[in-house]
Amino acid sequence: MDVELRGITKRFGPIVANAEIDLDIRAGEVLGLLGENGAGKSTLMNVLCGLYTPDEGNIIIDGKPVTFDGPGAAIAAGIGMVHQHFMLVPVFTVAENAILGIEPTKQVDYLDLAAARQQVNEIGDRYGLQVDPDARIEDLPVGTQQRVEIIKVLVRSADVLILDEPTAVLTPQEVEEFFGIVRSLRDAGKAIVFITHKLDEILEISDRITVLRGGRVTGYGDPKTLTEQRLAEMMVGRPVRFDVDKAPYNPGDLLLEVRDLTVLRANDEIAADHVSLEVRSGEIVGIAGVQGNGQSALIEAITGLHRPVDGTIIFDGQDITNVSVRARHAMGMAHIPEDRQRTGIIGDFTVAENMALNSYYDERYAKGMSIVWPAVATHAADYVADFDVRTPSVHAKASQLSGGNQQKLVVARELSRDTKLLIAAQPTRGLDVGSVEYIHGRVVAARDEGDGVLIMSSELDEILALSDRILVMFKGRIVAEFDASKQPVDRNAVGLAMAGSAPRAAA
Amino acid sequence: MSAKASNDNLTQNLLQRAAPSRAEFEDLVIVPIFAVIVALAVGALVMLATAVDLPTIGRSYIALLQGSVGSLNALSETLTAAAPLVLAGLGLALGFRAGLFNIGAEGQIVIGGLAAVIVGFSFAGLPWFVHLPLALIAGALAGALYASIAGWLRAATGAHEVISTIMLNLISYRILDYVLRQPFIQREGRADPISRSVLDSAELPQLLAWIDPNLRVHAGILVVIAAVVVVHWILFRTKIGFEFRASGKNLDAARYAGMRASFTIVAAMASAGALAGLAGANQVLGVLDRASPGFSAGIGFDAISVALLGRSHPVGVLFAGLLFGALKTGGRQMQVDAGVSVDLIGIIQALIIVFIAAPLLVRAIFPWGFRKPQTEPNE
Ligand SMILES: Nc1ncnc2c1ncn2[C@@H]1O[C@H](COP(=O)(O)OP(=O)(O)OP(=O)(O)O)[C@@H](O)[C@H]1O
Ligand SMILES: [Mg+2]
Repeated sequence: MDVELRGITKRFGPIVANAEIDLDIRAGEVLGLLGENGAGKSTLMNVLCGLYTPDEGNIIIDGKPVTFDGPGAAIAAGIGMVHQHFMLVPVFTVAENAILGIEPTKQVDYLDLAAARQQVNEIGDRYGLQVDPDARIEDLPVGTQQRVEIIKVLVRSADVLILDEPTAVLTPQEVEEFFGIVRSLRDAGKAIVFITHKLDEILEISDRITVLRGGRVTGYGDPKTLTEQRLAEMMVGRPVRFDVDKAPYNPGDLLLEVRDLTVLRANDEIAADHVSLEVRSGEIVGIAGVQGNGQSALIEAITGLHRPVDGTIIFDGQDITNVSVRARHAMGMAHIPEDRQRTGIIGDFTVAENMALNSYYDERYAKGMSIVWPAVATHAADYVADFDVRTPSVHAKASQLSGGNQQKLVVARELSRDTKLLIAAQPTRGLDVGSVEYIHGRVVAARDEGDGVLIMSSELDEILALSDRILVMFKGRIVAEFDASKQPVDRNAVGLAMAGSAPRAAA
Repeated sequence: MSAKASNDNLTQNLLQRAAPSRAEFEDLVIVPIFAVIVALAVGALVMLATAVDLPTIGRSYIALLQGSVGSLNALSETLTAAAPLVLAGLGLALGFRAGLFNIGAEGQIVIGGLAAVIVGFSFAGLPWFVHLPLALIAGALAGALYASIAGWLRAATGAHEVISTIMLNLISYRILDYVLRQPFIQREGRADPISRSVLDSAELPQLLAWIDPNLRVHAGILVVIAAVVVVHWILFRTKIGFEFRASGKNLDAARYAGMRASFTIVAAMASAGALAGLAGANQVLGVLDRASPGFSAGIGFDAISVALLGRSHPVGVLFAGLLFGALKTGGRQMQVDAGVSVDLIGIIQALIIVFIAAPLLVRAIFPWGFRKPQTEPNE
């Protein structure tokens, strides 16, 4: 099935998110869609899958113009979308999620789960997407949840699959498996639209590339001849640097000391197992590891969101093991949380309110009992301009920002405070290459000024580019440490440690 | 232009506010107005279905209008009925904003009113400017304490406030029964449970008695106005209000930002209870003069509707409270003039809530009243 978008324009009040966009999607092809944060990719795809009605322009399927008055109509026409943020019911099984809304039933509305299971298995066999139909979503790793999202679309017999930043949450191994699935779908004649900010991925998987900027199509590319450099330039309109300039490694006093920290998960499993680590001022320590090996729990314990069952945390010479989150903030700890939508921002609050979310009580913003909103707004405007958060106004709601700009909002908030220690979990998830360059620059600048930085990322390249020391976590323990301050660390060695192979001495 | 200047320009632009969108206007003004109209229309259909003839229906709606706003006396009655609804509604709205579904206004009114009565008939000889504030504060404090029991239970044990406030409502009735029979509270020479009368120095004075002593509207209405202003200030201008709103919208993000969830819960419940207690005090000091079983008269439950109808916004609650007060007083007139049961008013109130809660329904009925600007995704 071929789909043409012709002259699509979509406005949100005064904002033009898409301006006269033409796009061709062809059966048996992977179309890579690339563009800066806020370029209008998600909006365009939401138009295609019926979630938004375009203000102008047509959608043409196999030569016939169509209009969708909702996602139901788009699905019926064979267009399915896997959204930037997952939409699964966590307490339902895979099979139940797959058939949600189109449940097969027998007499008296009896839910035919056997048929659902069979459908899931059939699709799994056909495209190499095996998942246990009876597993509960909340028990599955993110990579598998992603498969369920795809199965969900395929169960509705979609011929066009839209994948909005599907790899942002995947580990490198999962990405490889995922690409296998995408290829088998393409070979089965499906049309696929693939959105990502990772240039190597888009070059690897797509057959054609279309670049958006400021709501318009600004270029087309052939992945066989293009380089990452050239792509980045097409996207942000200037050359982008992928390496990071750092001052020579010159660590100062001990800033954070974690000793024998043990943290449990909600179900009393051990998440972090007697972890010890140190961060000095003026150094960046990176925690590498496949997701789900206890990094998140460790960070939540250090930032005070989760009480450890054992061990101590010493920050700036003080035992803070049992100190509140607020007190840790006040002592100079900044935290970029992993999941921006759930824990980083409040979507219904304005950009300005979100900028003050964890410092509304400090002398910049508060006077006595009250908050001085004009001061909040002017500060917020400065930070928004500094960090290039694309928003029409600081009084706009945070939920109206694009995914990447929400992330920039969180990073701007944490980096604009005067802090001593930055704890960053997935700080550049969903950011375009230009923004990644800028954020990395700011993190390194903080380190050069003498801040300590603890970074956790599932992106190995990010860890390698930034860290002075690298710790690898596996099954709740730190299994390897690498010194990256003098010469670059061997990528494969880190990868092996992440996969749990015998720990090696520091290189 | 220098880089600095262009940057200043950018920040100036960022500080601009978008004009309130048409969608917001529709949501806040047109939907409620249409909801009231549809509710009245359906109310008429209900009357038809119960074999009321058309002229009577006409007469009853005219009576509704006259009885609520048609004369000075009607206005005075409407304001008197609205005052406790607005006060308790403000408390509930505050709780809703903080993500707490407090059903306990009724019990907090009982306890607050009781405390205000006791202070009100004790302390003979105090000047009014000491006695009256004292009685009001006693009411607010008692309501706050009573509500914080539910807040504390939620914060310490996770017991849901819907359940605990319902239980506390039932307990408050029994407390009232018990206390009203205590010798130093029960009126001398009475066998039934009824309290002594509030002393003159603690009464909320009638405001229009100089025109006609029958005009019951009293100084409680000034308390209401002050409360609207204060709640607005707390919610939108203070640190604690920011914490309330943040916890209500996204508890996880609030926790990550270092807000103390348990403190917020207890503080929000206590403030809600203080306002409901004030509503109770308003009733006993301004209207009833004493406490008797059932003096809370379901105000705490109507206040839930008022808070919802007012979209948990202080100004919205004020208007919603006035509307419900008007329906209450107008309903009485309707019964007298047209012989239609006051229960119809209950039906109309319920219908208004239904239509407010289902704006899509209202939009479907009145498509010409709405544009279709899209910032929300299709359903
Ligand atoms: N519901 C909305 N209301 C108002 N503006 C919106 C809304 N949704 C998106 N926008 C605006 O439209 C523009 C495009 O957003 P979109 O989400 O399509 O970007 P994107 O290309 O997907 O970016 P990202 O890579 O960060 O996900 C942004 O400027 C955004 O602020
Ligand atoms: Mg997007």
